[in-house]
Amino acid sequence: MASFQLELVSPEKLLLSRAVEMAVIPAAEGEMGVLAGHAPMIVALRGGVISVREGGQVTEQLFVAGGFAEVAPDRVTILAEEATPLANLSKSEAQLRLKEAEAAMAAAANETLEKREAAMARMLSARAMVEAATAP
Amino acid sequence: MPSLKSLRLRINSVKSTRKITQAMKMVAAAKLRRAQSQAEAARPYAERMERMLASLGASVAGTPDAPKLLVGTGADRVHLLVVVTAERGLCGGFNTNVGRFARAQVRALEAEGKTVKIVTVGRKGAVYLRREFANRIVEEISFANKKRIGFEDAAEVSARISEMLDGGQFDVCTLIYNRFRNVISQTPVGQQLIPAPLPEVAADSGAQYEFEPAEEEILARLLPQNLAIQIYRALLDNAAGFYGSQMTAMDNATRNAGEMINKLTLNYNRTRQANITRELIEIISGAEAL
Repeated sequence: MASFQLELVSPEKLLLSRAVEMAVIPAAEGEMGVLAGHAPMIVALRGGVISVREGGQVTEQLFVAGGFAEVAPDRVTILAEEATPLANLSKSEAQLRLKEAEAAMAAAANETLEKREAAMARMLSARAMVEAATAP
Repeated sequence: MPSLKSLRLRINSVKSTRKITQAMKMVAAAKLRRAQSQAEAARPYAERMERMLASLGASVAGTPDAPKLLVGTGADRVHLLVVVTAERGLCGGFNTNVGRFARAQVRALEAEGKTVKIVTVGRKGAVYLRREFANRIVEEISFANKKRIGFEDAAEVSARISEMLDGGQFDVCTLIYNRFRNVISQTPVGQQLIPAPLPEVAADSGAQYEFEPAEEEILARLLPQNLAIQIYRALLDNAAGFYGSQMTAMDNATRNAGEMINKLTLNYNRTRQANITRELIEIISGAEAL
């Protein structure tokens, strides 16, 4: 099966760079499965899990809190603010973050639309993190 | 002529100074290596961000409601200078160079009749600029209690800046910091942050991207991130440059201390010999007089 270059970078380092067959990325408007030869796209990501498939199996799963992805026929570059392998995700930390995000959301209730949206995105990302941490 | 005892004391004190500067040099070298690898690790993200921004920005820049971070407020009256320096001294001219550069910028801008506001990052810059421009400093940010600069620190600074932009507190924002060339050379540079200078679109990037969600929306999320990454890069350059500069300064100090010890030891031996000779002459002439 044809493969493409997947790169996952955070501001602090290059986390992953290798050839894979398929990647499922949590785009802002729904999960998106990417195979080699995909049309060029730039998408925003919401909080969610990136699954990497090689040889017909899921070989890696990472949680990202948000970011961007650039899709080209022969490569995919994901710019993530932070990425954690699913196995290392801590449930208690995720819940703590959700609590904080909910508080921030409540505080932003009377703010401008942009601020409310930012708080909302943060809460959704935290909720996705809790879900990812809880799932077996 | 100084006494033998005072010479001995001075030699000892210079020797312990040399020990300290030598140790500081070693520590700086070790930290420099870490800071350099951190700066290197941050590069891929910045590069890819730039590429994405180039293909995005070109399609949005012309529209009238382009985000403020990209096109600024349209005016050119109030300038905000973000001056990045180290937290500590003992690093040669590192902090002073940035300070002097910033001062020249402030003077040049004010000569053109612009209003200048200053945000300092790092304690030393604040101390330097406070002497002359205390009333123009609007904020002093310091990471003195941080062992290692993380991305979230940069994000914090950038959040403050965008807040000020939203509040209409400035029109143009420039970042002043020491660009890390190599271990012995760091040059202060001014980099415009807002309005963001768009990276040139590479001629061969013929592929037309689709956007999801719309360009404007992605850009609205990408730009703050880009601001943070530019600041992060400056902070890392600053950290690496600081250790490089400190290493060079401490190396010089160690060498100077060595030279000084040699000189003092020579002086000490001469004095000692002179004393012995004098005593001998006294004894001999005393014996002859008998």
